[in-house]
Amino acid sequence: MKRTLIYLLIGILFGIIMFKSEAASWFRIYEMFKFEAFHMYGIIGTAVFLGVVTIALIKRFKIKSFYGEQVHFPPKQKSFARYAIGGILFGLGWALAGACPGPMFTLLGAGFLPIIIVIVASLLGTFVYGLLRDKLPH
Amino acid sequence: MEWIYEPWPWYISGFMIALVMFLLIMVGKNFGMSGNLRTICTICGSGKKVDFFRFDWKSQRWNLTVVLGAIIGGFIAHQFLTVEATVALNPDTVSDLQLLGFENAGKTYMPEELFSSAVFTDPKNIILLVIGGFLVGFGARYAGGCTSGHAISGLSNLQLPSLIAVIGFFIGGLTMIHLIFPLLF
Repeated sequence: MKRTLIYLLIGILFGIIMFKSEAASWFRIYEMFKFEAFHMYGIIGTAVFLGVVTIALIKRFKIKSFYGEQVHFPPKQKSFARYAIGGILFGLGWALAGACPGPMFTLLGAGFLPIIIVIVASLLGTFVYGLLRDKLPH
Repeated sequence: MEWIYEPWPWYISGFMIALVMFLLIMVGKNFGMSGNLRTICTICGSGKKVDFFRFDWKSQRWNLTVVLGAIIGGFIAHQFLTVEATVALNPDTVSDLQLLGFENAGKTYMPEELFSSAVFTDPKNIILLVIGGFLVGFGARYAGGCTSGHAISGLSNLQLPSLIAVIGFFIGGLTMIHLIFPLLF
């Protein structure tokens, strides 16, 4: 129960960040792919830079979680096709819908109701991937 | 604290995203949003037809809780932490968008043409949102992650597969905006 509340609070923080950073704005995604502003590159760059340092420190000093458990960083499965093809398809959708799987929920909360169409379609896309998975190169 | 009502600069936003990832790691979880789409498919019964969705979704309840928070956070940010939801775009971007027919570029948070309720009676734009959403869902699962799972978590953990995926995200995004948008709008 207490942990659930913590997850909820982290999610609320995440939602506020996505909205206030404008990473949830369709316009900012368009501007990023036009290379006409530093904003989104600054956000992602800062997050990745701090993320690299943070994870390196956690590994180096074997820092335990708040609950005293070992922290795991599962490595991604080695492959090329799935990341390249899946990544390109994701990018096409990201630029068109202007929203990725976190911000789309933030936009729902912010009251942009047509995002429901995007969310339902993304569930359908996930389902169709599951359906075709064995036939796709991975 | 006045800054909180203004759009947040990139360095604060980037720091806060890294903080979210750090907090999730420190509660023994990981930062990745698109996995929730699979979990929701499973809850809706997809496991009856497709093996990929046959897993114990309850193990992912924590991440659904994060998503619920992201919805609430969007509500709070828009209703209580924003005075004027405009996006200060590059003037060149604004004129590009106006040429494409997005009249309120730079004046609102989202384009009215795609995200006002008028869309519900506009078949062309409904189809575009459906295609966009479908590709996001399909592509994220195929690539095994999205912006949070690959671009933030994966790159932070120096994962080569995540770098391939992120390069893919950009190839797709650039293709859509530079080559396909002129045909669509």
